[in-house]
Amino acid sequence: MIAEHYSLTVNGTSCEVRDAGVGESLLYVLRERLGFTGPKGACEEGECGSCSVTVDGTLVCSCLVLSAASVGREIVTIEGVAAGDGLSDVQTAFVETGAVQCGFCTPGLIMAAHSLLEANPDPTESELREALSGNICRCTGYGRIIEAVQQVAVRRRDSRSGAAT
Amino acid sequence: MSLVGTATIAPSMRPGRLGDSPLRPDGGAKVQGSFAFTSDLNAEGALWGATLRSPHPYARIVAIDVSPAWKIAGVEAIITADDVPGQLLYGLISADQPVFAHDVVRYVGEPVAAVAADHPETCRRALAAIVVTYETLDPLVDAERAVDGSHPAIHPDGNVIRHQRVDCGDPDATGPIVVEGTYEIGMQDQAFLGLEAALALPDHDGGGVEMYVATQWLHEDRKQIAACLDLPEERIRLTLGGVGGAFGAREDISLQVHTCLLALKTGRPVRIHYDRHESFLGHVHRHPATIWMRHHATADGEIVKIESRMVFDGGAYASTSSAVLVNAVTHTQGPYRCANAVVDGWVVRSNNPPCGAMRGFGVVQACFAHESQMDKLAAAAGLDPVEIRLRNAMVTGDRLITGQIVESVAPVARCIRETAALPMPASLDEQGDDLMRMPGGAGRTADVSHIRRGVGWGVAIKNLMYSEAFDDYSTARCRLADGVATLEFATSEVGQGFITIAAQIARTVLGVDDVVLEPISTNVGSAGSTSASRQTWMSGGAVDAVCRKVRDLLFARVAEQWSLDPLRLVIDGNEVVDSLDARRRVTVAEASSGSPIDETMEYRHRPTVPLDERGQGDCHTAFAFVAHRAVVDVDVELGLIKVVQIATAQDVGVALNPLSVLGQIEGGIAQGLGLAVMEEIVVRDGLIRNASFTDYLLPTMLDMPDVIATLIEEPDPQAPMGAKGVGEPPCISVTPAIVAAIRDAIGHDLTRVPVRPFDIVLTK
Repeated sequence: MIAEHYSLTVNGTSCEVRDAGVGESLLYVLRERLGFTGPKGACEEGECGSCSVTVDGTLVCSCLVLSAASVGREIVTIEGVAAGDGLSDVQTAFVETGAVQCGFCTPGLIMAAHSLLEANPDPTESELREALSGNICRCTGYGRIIEAVQQVAVRRRDSRSGAAT
Repeated sequence: MSLVGTATIAPSMRPGRLGDSPLRPDGGAKVQGSFAFTSDLNAEGALWGATLRSPHPYARIVAIDVSPAWKIAGVEAIITADDVPGQLLYGLISADQPVFAHDVVRYVGEPVAAVAADHPETCRRALAAIVVTYETLDPLVDAERAVDGSHPAIHPDGNVIRHQRVDCGDPDATGPIVVEGTYEIGMQDQAFLGLEAALALPDHDGGGVEMYVATQWLHEDRKQIAACLDLPEERIRLTLGGVGGAFGAREDISLQVHTCLLALKTGRPVRIHYDRHESFLGHVHRHPATIWMRHHATADGEIVKIESRMVFDGGAYASTSSAVLVNAVTHTQGPYRCANAVVDGWVVRSNNPPCGAMRGFGVVQACFAHESQMDKLAAAAGLDPVEIRLRNAMVTGDRLITGQIVESVAPVARCIRETAALPMPASLDEQGDDLMRMPGGAGRTADVSHIRRGVGWGVAIKNLMYSEAFDDYSTARCRLADGVATLEFATSEVGQGFITIAAQIARTVLGVDDVVLEPISTNVGSAGSTSASRQTWMSGGAVDAVCRKVRDLLFARVAEQWSLDPLRLVIDGNEVVDSLDARRRVTVAEASSGSPIDETMEYRHRPTVPLDERGQGDCHTAFAFVAHRAVVDVDVELGLIKVVQIATAQDVGVALNPLSVLGQIEGGIAQGLGLAVMEEIVVRDGLIRNASFTDYLLPTMLDMPDVIATLIEEPDPQAPMGAKGVGEPPCISVTPAIVAAIRDAIGHDLTRVPVRPFDIVLTK
């Protein structure tokens, strides 16, 4: 295998990647070389969304991104989604509403939910379902996940209107 | 308790007791991505392992040449059947499956060899370099040829895994109404998200191994691993790594023995992770089945007799097939009274993928048939689907076709009535033109003018716990010191939330807030499997029993200090109180200071017996019931389906954690919906044609309907805390309810699940 050396910017920190195989996916490098095990591999073909991260603000399946192609871009994983050591509002809502069972799909869904609410702070239920339909959950039947994301949308709206008055 | 739509169940912020819905103890780690699933675990110097699998459904192995693989830099071990030191075969009920095929391969995907190397890519190259010479044989892929004996035995144990009859009452009984049908159920995959994974660490002396593994039953794994490795069980120490769902697919051995063998062979830690394709090959699936049923009834629609013939395809190895068949034949009648029955059930071997446990375990298949029959019966008797079911609904004390009396609380009629009372969704007209709510979604393929709406019903009975004289037990340990309860058990937490319930039990019984959970491992006695809707009852029963024992010892200690009868003492909040003089009280923390109280107990359910030749015997422990009503929109031109709403009332005994119960209900409904309209492992000539998430379709958020649920809470006197298992019932009768709704919409029969577009459009 041809060894590669390059650096990636993950959650605001520059990380050195050494001796990587040329064909390694971003998911593999994040998990196996850099220790970011939050993104999960469950289908390795972009169908389930468990490996979702953002690259320069765009939600991607990291299993479909060539690691070396992410040089010079801002990568955010589930580990970097909250400020500091606390939980983001989406993370908190997931725990509180019962949106987490086995938790394997959870990091990807939380990345997708953050991405949705940034692009569309007030989604209709149909828009919400469409936006998160690329993330498969096998445990929950999605009911509590929808509840969690709607709750965040309402809380953010309330705090926006509170700030405006 | 009614949980309508997306109504929020408030999580309790205080440490939750029974009946509350406290936050999951692992929830914070899971949302942060720091929860350690088994596939996240690593060890210094760990190698990767990988498995070479058969490309043929049935073939003789002429030769295996591993030498080309040894030439690849980075390869550290290559093992085949010759390297298995102990028993060559394993299996849950009978040991009939090879660790590695040694003479014959019997299904596509059967392990033949395994390698350990420095990188997954090196493993792939090494597997590609191994040369296996096969002589292909004529595969048995039609289950009927195993039943009729026309295909030579493909395994020394023969082609019939189990044949079980149920003969009850008068075989000649009949009535003025006779309806029959033949129903087919496709092969479903559990499709847990967290793929098979293990990390094995060899002991320095090579005489033992430690393994972190995602499994449903650590002790059963250990027993089978020990036999294959020829090591004493105590030299194999298993710890549950984080488990990403299970649904039955982790009950059997998959990579456990291979990972341990590679670790022992190399003297280094070894990780094996399956990818999705390998996962489809590497675990058992839900049995495909063909079920013929004929119902005889009075003119009023009361069931007189049921006849049935069931054929389940078990695939190449036995797994739990014989128990799946028993569940199927003993649930032929569904939740209805029936005095006469003639049932002939077969589960057979074939060169198709092996089948075994999946949520619902044999009852899913039987239920699709009996509920389809109930609708035919209703039509013949001129009754609606609700009335026919109410008229036949069983009650506590009824005798099943096995002769067993239903001692469980059996609120069947109440489940049906309360489901019927739940509100219907907005009509098609009221729904507006939101494309996302139409069959086919935003593809803009459906047109309102082609859409027909249908309503359908399904009702189910499901046995809980293990059956047929299995010594079913669970173990729990509790240590109380300074007001902190420490619990230890080997109960697999696969996502269902037992760890939440266990802490609730300890807080309730002991009056403590702080509960510490030890790692889930073989360090304590067996908990049995996380399956058969059994852990709340069994491991919950064990935790409840051991906490009560610890409480009794605490009461004895306090009673001695106070010089009174310990029977006067009760827990009130966080205190031990004299019930006859409430001024006399001491905190549990203070009372439990000094020497800790440390106890371990086993919980067993009442004994059961095997079925006899005629299918008679008290083979099951307890039963739970559920009703589902489905509302479905169908584009009759295109065969597209949108499930609009599922209403359900489920018999839960007591909801120990209502939010967890709702999670099981919604999640089970999603899986039942999958079987109804999209999920099938397509097998042709023994080969899985769709072993990926691109081709095996799972319900997404867009496919999932609104769910309205009512919990029927009638405490079951047999159950440790009155609570029945709730995991399986939600996924069982929802499938026939959805299919009935489609039939109602399109006006013709459907006899197969999953329903495909051409079943709707081309079958009249």
